[in-house]
Amino acid sequence: MSLLLDVNGLTMRFGGLVAVDHVDLAVKHRQVVSIIGPNGAGKTTVFNCLSGFYIPTDGSVVFNGEQVAGMKDFQISRKGLVRTFQHVRLFSKMTVIENMLVAQHRHLKTDLISGLFKTAAYRRQEQEAMDRAVYWLREMDLLEFANREAGNLAYGQQRRLEIARCMVTQPELLLLDEPAAGLNPNETKELDELIVRLRDEHEISVLLIEHDMKLVMGISDHIYVIAQGAPLANGTPDEVKNNPDVIKAYLGEE
Amino acid sequence: MMRKRFYNAIFASGIGFILTCMMVGISLNTEGTTLKVEGASAAQWTWIGIGISLVFLSQLFAGQVDAFLGAVPKPQLSKLLPEEGKRAMLKPWLLAALLVVMLVWPFMVSRGSVDLATLTLIYIMLGLGLNIVVGLAGLLDLGFVAFYAVGAYTYALLSQYFGMSFWACLPLSAGLAALFGFLLGFPVLRLRGDYLAIVTLGFGEIIRILLNNWTSVTGGPSGISGIAKPSLFGLEFTRRAKEEGATTFHEFFGIDYSSSYKVIFLYLIAVILVCFVIYVINRLMRMPIGRAWEALREDEIACRSLGLNRTMIKLSAFTIGASTAGFAGAFFSARQGFISPESFIFIESAIILAIVVLGGMGSQVGVILAAIVMTILPELAREFSEYRMLLFGLLMVVMMRWRPEGLVPMKRPHLELKT
Ligand SMILES: Nc1ncnc2c1ncn2[C@@H]1O[C@H](COP(=O)(O)OP(=O)(O)OP(=O)(O)O)[C@@H](O)[C@H]1O
Ligand SMILES: [Mg+2]
Repeated sequence: MSLLLDVNGLTMRFGGLVAVDHVDLAVKHRQVVSIIGPNGAGKTTVFNCLSGFYIPTDGSVVFNGEQVAGMKDFQISRKGLVRTFQHVRLFSKMTVIENMLVAQHRHLKTDLISGLFKTAAYRRQEQEAMDRAVYWLREMDLLEFANREAGNLAYGQQRRLEIARCMVTQPELLLLDEPAAGLNPNETKELDELIVRLRDEHEISVLLIEHDMKLVMGISDHIYVIAQGAPLANGTPDEVKNNPDVIKAYLGEE
Repeated sequence: MMRKRFYNAIFASGIGFILTCMMVGISLNTEGTTLKVEGASAAQWTWIGIGISLVFLSQLFAGQVDAFLGAVPKPQLSKLLPEEGKRAMLKPWLLAALLVVMLVWPFMVSRGSVDLATLTLIYIMLGLGLNIVVGLAGLLDLGFVAFYAVGAYTYALLSQYFGMSFWACLPLSAGLAALFGFLLGFPVLRLRGDYLAIVTLGFGEIIRILLNNWTSVTGGPSGISGIAKPSLFGLEFTRRAKEEGATTFHEFFGIDYSSSYKVIFLYLIAVILVCFVIYVINRLMRMPIGRAWEALREDEIACRSLGLNRTMIKLSAFTIGASTAGFAGAFFSARQGFISPESFIFIESAIILAIVVLGGMGSQVGVILAAIVMTILPELAREFSEYRMLLFGLLMVVMMRWRPEGLVPMKRPHLELKT
């Protein structure tokens, strides 16, 4: 089977600092792949390069057989590669349902005429967007909060809403940046189940950055370890766990 | 602490003193062929002294002043109004009543009042247009008057050179202003905050200077006069029909000629245009594009990650705002019958921006109230007209201290999920 995401020699330099140094990644369809590494290793920077927030200094990013390195962030997201952020980024003054509708902006009729006159096509698409939003809110157990302001949700719910908002754009690859940070053990367990469900039932792939080793080791099909921007090791959870370099550089210090 | 405040107060009143001395204390008068420097009169100096001491005291007791302003009750709109359910029921009735009053009122008051009301309506239109750009999309535009000028000159030129009617030119003016907004917005909307403000400021000046210097077409500083007034289905509001065979309003209805018909007619057109603009903006706020504006204002990075093209979304706000200004401009030149670059100076942009900020960015009711305040107050304080800008500045300072969120803070219509 062909690769969903194929990254080769990804490099990102900030002036003299090499934040990402020749990183390779491969994600197949319906896989959960994790990136781990100590603080400041360059994990978030990798995400920023993949999602078009930074233009990589060097290297190729092939998504679904298409070179996306150098494309604009919104173009990449429209191709089905959608990310979350290390710090929750919701539209906090808007309601939960509105957050879900903004995410579907490009699926809606946005020209003035159809909107001003509420044409049949416009109303149908609004309804479909609403239905999709309701579907994902129910999946994420957020439906009862649909009319609440997003900023008033509990932290765990905000994190779930962020994932729901990504899912409603109908992505193929979801990039999650430390989704378990700040969650209690119970919520982490739910997150674990959620990611498995996304992969098995909704047939998407997930690229995960996470510091919670229990979560990472339990869920990942493949793990990449990076340290100081450079690839250190990769393999199945068991291989990574037993790799002496990894133990020394990362797991050892915990 | 006290010491720091004291220095602060000395500093502020010192600056104030220097500025007032230069602007009010000294004046240049021509006497024959020579210029003569004259000092202010004794009475003026007394006022300057009072002003400076006020600045000194307000800085010295800044804490107390703020506490006092904080204690001044702010009108709580939500408390004044009946509760949610009742309000929804009352709203259409209230709106209908308001509209009836707006329509009947001009027949009972003086010509001057109606004229002032028409001017107010123009500023309401401009305020609502800029409100889309600044309040809803969060883009600081300091050259809004440029689009107003484009609209005004579009109608004036088309009417003068091609004899086109007001009603045909209205959409054209809006369209051309929108085109200018689009062309300007495309390269500059990548810029952030202050840079955007400066570029738009420059653009406003460029348009004015262009109008001033392109004498062969625009008439330069002397402007364009004799611009045709709007007609009612071909009926003119002049004493005698301009063209052979045309009928005038009073002849058609067999009534005596009165110049106030024209004034009232213009006022009614303005009411209709404002209603139209309000309706469109209300729809926009509930449309995907309105949601996208708000989302972009809240978190641009999140928007980009969700596939929203921020340039296009900002551009749409910029273009729609510009077209509203063009709309207002066409009406302005039809009402005035005469326009020149003098009408489109930077101060106009500043006033429109002040209307938006005073009103409470994003809030339509607020913008309307602020537009009324900003046009009626100078009229009431005619004798202070020399100090208009001073009063204007004072008003802004007090407002920003007392109620920085504006007269009526924005409350966006939230979309509800009905279950
Ligand atoms: N825009 C930028 N300009 C300059 N340096 C940057 C920039 N973004 C990231 N860096 C640097 O790149 C390095 C990697 O940062 P990054 O945020 O990717 O680490 P991380 O692995 O996500 O860490 P954490 O686990 O703390 O989230 C850091 O040294 C950081 O200072
Ligand atoms: Mg990070």
